[in-house]
Amino acid sequence: MKRKTILVACGTAVATSTVVASAIEEAMQERGISIILRQCKATELPSLAADADVIVSTTPVPDGLGKPVIKGLPFLTGIGKAATLDQIEAALRD
Amino acid sequence: MTETITGLADLLDRRALLPGLAAVSQSDVITALGRKLEMIGKVHGSYVGAVLSREGTMPTGLPLDAIHVAIPHTDPIHVISPAVAVATLNTPVTFASMEDPDEWLPVRVVFLLALNDKHRQLAMLQQIAALIQDGPRLTRIVDAPDVDTLWHELAA
Repeated sequence: MKRKTILVACGTAVATSTVVASAIEEAMQERGISIILRQCKATELPSLAADADVIVSTTPVPDGLGKPVIKGLPFLTGIGKAATLDQIEAALRD
Repeated sequence: MTETITGLADLLDRRALLPGLAAVSQSDVITALGRKLEMIGKVHGSYVGAVLSREGTMPTGLPLDAIHVAIPHTDPIHVISPAVAVATLNTPVTFASMEDPDEWLPVRVVFLLALNDKHRQLAMLQQIAALIQDGPRLTRIVDAPDVDTLWHELAA
């Protein structure tokens, strides 16, 4: 599988997306999937989405990004985390 | 020299812990905590206003199983050095959900984050994530009657 890029977004690109990116990196490594991770602010998504395969965001994102968008809050709250990882893996394998 | 990994305990200051804060709005809580961080020299005078305005457009409430939490923060430009201020609320204050700004959550614990370096503060952020996922520990935090008890529960 070609190495794919996950763009992780939050409000400031400093706090929650850092936790989410680190959790995704660890989990995908465990699943044997090699990925490239980038972090950004949700407001930067329209200009950065083109270079990403999957977007994971803890905040609402603008419409029309043209890429699958997956909710990242489960990495903070723990609620629904396994299902979210499956969703990310499925989107990466698409 | 090895780089120190900064954890939650390193970023807490007893002067910025407010157990049982009586507050009626999210702006009360953010202002009370933010002024403490300002007083101990962790943030600039612009910090509180910046957090308040960001909370209005990009809220930070986190829906959990029983006790909801909020983690207000803002851009690093307003921060002098990293710190975390914490308030617990006997009467919940509403914050909008980070994921859905139209969903309002009654929040009992507020972690006000002053962050300036995502790589060095990752450990602290992971500790907060682990802590809020630990229901019994979160209950002990909400129930902490004084600063010392709250400090011990947070720094454990």
